[in-house]
Amino acid sequence: MKRNKIGLACLYLLLGTWALTTIYPLFWVLENSFKAKDKILAKSFALPLGDLFTLANYKRAFDRLDIGHAYVNSLFISGCVTFGVMILAGLASFALVRFDFKLKKFMHTLVIAAMMFPVFSTIIPVYTMESSWHITNTSSWLLNMISVILPQIAGNMSFAIIVLMGYVQSLPLELEEAAHLEGCSIPQIFFRIVVPLGKPSFVTVAIFSFLWSYNDLFTQMFFLRRPEMQAITRLLNELTSKEGTNYGLMASAVTLVIIPVIVVYIFLQKYIIKGMTAGAVKG
Amino acid sequence: MSNIYKSRKYVFLFLAPAFLFLILYLYYPFFVNIYGSFRGIKNLGTFGTKWNTPWYENYVKLVTDPVVRTSLKNTLIMIVATIIGQVGIALLLAILVDNIEKGTQFFRTVYFFPIVISATALGLLFNLIFLYDKGMLNQFLELFGRTELIDWKGEKLAIMTMMIPVVWQYVGFYFVILQTGLNNISQELYESAAIDGATRFQRVWYISLPLLRNVLCTCLTLGVTGALKVFDLPWTMFPKGMPLKETFLTGTYMYYQTMEAKNVDYGATLAVLIVVLGVLLSRLTRRVFKESEDF
Repeated sequence: MKRNKIGLACLYLLLGTWALTTIYPLFWVLENSFKAKDKILAKSFALPLGDLFTLANYKRAFDRLDIGHAYVNSLFISGCVTFGVMILAGLASFALVRFDFKLKKFMHTLVIAAMMFPVFSTIIPVYTMESSWHITNTSSWLLNMISVILPQIAGNMSFAIIVLMGYVQSLPLELEEAAHLEGCSIPQIFFRIVVPLGKPSFVTVAIFSFLWSYNDLFTQMFFLRRPEMQAITRLLNELTSKEGTNYGLMASAVTLVIIPVIVVYIFLQKYIIKGMTAGAVKG
Repeated sequence: MSNIYKSRKYVFLFLAPAFLFLILYLYYPFFVNIYGSFRGIKNLGTFGTKWNTPWYENYVKLVTDPVVRTSLKNTLIMIVATIIGQVGIALLLAILVDNIEKGTQFFRTVYFFPIVISATALGLLFNLIFLYDKGMLNQFLELFGRTELIDWKGEKLAIMTMMIPVVWQYVGFYFVILQTGLNNISQELYESAAIDGATRFQRVWYISLPLLRNVLCTCLTLGVTGALKVFDLPWTMFPKGMPLKETFLTGTYMYYQTMEAKNVDYGATLAVLIVVLGVLLSRLTRRVFKESEDF
């Protein structure tokens, strides 16, 4: 199909404009994170070269803000959530597809209906329950982390089960039958056949759970209230009220949170885009 | 079904952990929350000591509270902004990208990535952009000779300033879904239409859009339910409904009542409202944009 050059240029111009709105703000915050805070207000479009350049904001972010500690907390929480969701949802989806039992239909409905509960509607009783177990708002780091990990695992469970059920259904039964004849037990079938063959689906689930947990602010606001327990999004949120006018520190903190995610995104974008939209396409 | 999978022991072992999570962390609290909305709860972490008098006190408050009205209004604006802004812009971009050959992968990557970034970080970023004295936008306008500063987060513009980042962040999400949908449309259809003399615009209007209908329905349903869940960005940019409790959404108001105002039972009542709203709106969307079975 032929088309004129002017039309094509217009297309690229429009598409490029939107691309600019997504790239430029991040570039802007990156360049300003290297400037002193008063310079951000005066010369925010200038590149941080020569006199403008300073690393003071980053130094402050690590010294005063303890951003490194928050990173460790965040990675630990999201890692555990991802691992928990994959294992538990994997087992459940395998059982829900392959086994025959009385309550199968009912349990399937339970999974789908659980997707409808917004986090707002469960958070208060969950907090009450966890504080009666004394795992939240305590001085123990591990217990505090667990108090966030558990509700986040539950929050990702339904979605993960639905995605993984789709995968197990597409797996040919003959493979498992052959393994059974060779003397594999059911757990062996699961761990040696179902999991390895389903890597792409498990990766989808893992990425979705990890990012969701890493970026989630609401749960953290409830369960991580002590300063030394804060994870990254909670710390950022606190920054507005504590150092609301230190724009340089803000720019550097935002950069520090965004950069690792972008690096990971560039390498894994195919899986990430698939992971984040999988739920949508499945309905 | 194969006779390998008969063992009751494994059904139980495989299902129990996942369902324990679902029941303990979703079903049980969901109902306890409704119970809590009738109790008087002063401190988070207790079930309260007594029932409210009258027991439906919170629901009366819900109807008369002017802030509930504001937050419902804002939430509805958010839904409209989602439909027109997110899905609309995404559809436009997807159709444009469908007409180019080089660079589609680049646009896909660039448009999608705001979704990956935490909304809290974006909230801080947009705080810097919309800063009154002088954020990026006001400095930018100054370059064009504007001397007056615009108060983006003031009363007049607050709602708009809150919606823009939310809409902006999710355009890429719908873009990817719609672009995938467009890619699934057979190229032969366009070619035969072109031979019959259809213009580019006619091809979009009579082929792409009708065939995208189901995908669009999915997007709209997701958009409406997604708009009810928005919390991080508004709370980071406009904590506590600033200015003057004008920017509350149902979600942020629920958090405010629970954590800031210490009306835990009223927070639970607002959570019930969010659930009811979600169920009603997703029913309504499904009815309005009914999926067609033709394709």
